[in-house]
Amino acid sequence: MRCTFMAALSIMALMAIGALYPNQTFALDADDAPESVEIESLAELYQPVSFDHALHVEMADCVECHHHTTGQQPVDPNCLRCHAQSTETESISCEACHSAKRFYPEDLKERNQPELYHIDKPGLKGAYHLNCLGCHQQQGGPTGCQDCHALTKRGEQLFKVSIVPAENESGHDTHQ
Amino acid sequence: MKIKKLLNRRTFLKGSLAGSAAAVSLSRSPEAKAATFEGYPDSMGVLVDLSRCVGCRSCEAACNEEQQLPLPEKPFNDFSVFDELHHGQKRRTDETRYTVVNRYEVPGLDHPLFHKVQCNHCQEPACLTSCFVNAYTKTPEGAVIYDPKVCVGCRTCMVACPFYIPTFRYSSAFQPRIMKCIFCYDTRLKEGKPPACVEACPQEALTFGRRQEMIRVGRQRIRENQGRYVDHIYGEHEAGGTAWMYLSPVEFEEAGFDTSVPKEPILNYVKDFLSIVPMVLTIWPALFAGIHLLATRKDGIKKQQQTEGEAEK
Repeated sequence: MRCTFMAALSIMALMAIGALYPNQTFALDADDAPESVEIESLAELYQPVSFDHALHVEMADCVECHHHTTGQQPVDPNCLRCHAQSTETESISCEACHSAKRFYPEDLKERNQPELYHIDKPGLKGAYHLNCLGCHQQQGGPTGCQDCHALTKRGEQLFKVSIVPAENESGHDTHQ
Repeated sequence: MKIKKLLNRRTFLKGSLAGSAAAVSLSRSPEAKAATFEGYPDSMGVLVDLSRCVGCRSCEAACNEEQQLPLPEKPFNDFSVFDELHHGQKRRTDETRYTVVNRYEVPGLDHPLFHKVQCNHCQEPACLTSCFVNAYTKTPEGAVIYDPKVCVGCRTCMVACPFYIPTFRYSSAFQPRIMKCIFCYDTRLKEGKPPACVEACPQEALTFGRRQEMIRVGRQRIRENQGRYVDHIYGEHEAGGTAWMYLSPVEFEEAGFDTSVPKEPILNYVKDFLSIVPMVLTIWPALFAGIHLLATRKDGIKKQQQTEGEAEK
């Protein structure tokens, strides 16, 4: 009983602080960020990506990649409809929200709620590429597949890279 | 015009022949069913977003492996294939590839668009309805699959398909068969997994889920990205609705889509005609044999009378 009372009291205290500083109190800032992140949870066809987080922090606000999760206020008016007052979430890692097992039964089941707004939330692989590549194209960052991650043995096998085309056509390879 | 004529004839026959009533009612019941069939409610679909595809060909590579197709002429990271023209046309699906990605340079856009082609898995497939041995099946999961064991190799499905998808394995004299995308039915879809190409796509240009859900997702994407898409989901109604549907940032013709494909199942164009085929086959022989007998009866009687008369003389 006493415990619940204390818990309720502390929640109320937190809410009061939240009301005083709606947008800043729980927001993370660039100093909290890791120097670099090894993106390897999906590495199969390609080798892991060594993501220079510190470099990207200099170029973009947290909100541009992390949406509303760091506690910064989103820019997109569509996001603001619900997330104007959103505070930092429990986890801000990509895979906390973006499923690595996209399109598998569990993922589809999770989305099958009539009241759910985020029916079009990409999976982890989609989130990385849509987020990274879109910006890289605009900002002149690397855009070729192997600019960010080299093919693994398994990848070379899938893409049949050992095949040498019969004719000597001079096809330019924009992705290499 | 021809169909109309036949229809008139049908109404005429219906009204004038008591015998035709049974045949007409028999032939009408499946027709009525087809008219109200709106597809399996929980069938799956894929939404292809042309604005997301970067032409990496991962889908082609994944398909080749999953379906154990023959080795390609060029590796899948060779992008010179986008420059290929065969008889003045871009690449097509064939016996070595169930899906191809083609590049389109669209005037006014600073980057090319990529259009992935594969079987669209129609709600009411023309290949299926045109097949007289029922080699095709539309599964409740949404896949249009093919059974080579019953196929006689007539290739009518290749003519019937509005998207030119089924192809023939001409290279094998002993195992000729139709080759087409089967939505990875055997190995994945049946178990609730996404097809190999969808899973391979890094850009999530291919979104997999219940077809009804894909339409909702498509609408949301159009609504919330004002001006970034043409306000149309290609395949929602084309050919009576397809499981694979497309979103495009430019008019669909500009990215190689056939926009003249009718908005109703191809079957509807031949249904009226086909429904009277059984009637024609069962009633006409008897009817015309009867008419023939009636018409020749007088001659027969006349001849008999003549011969009788001659005999009396």
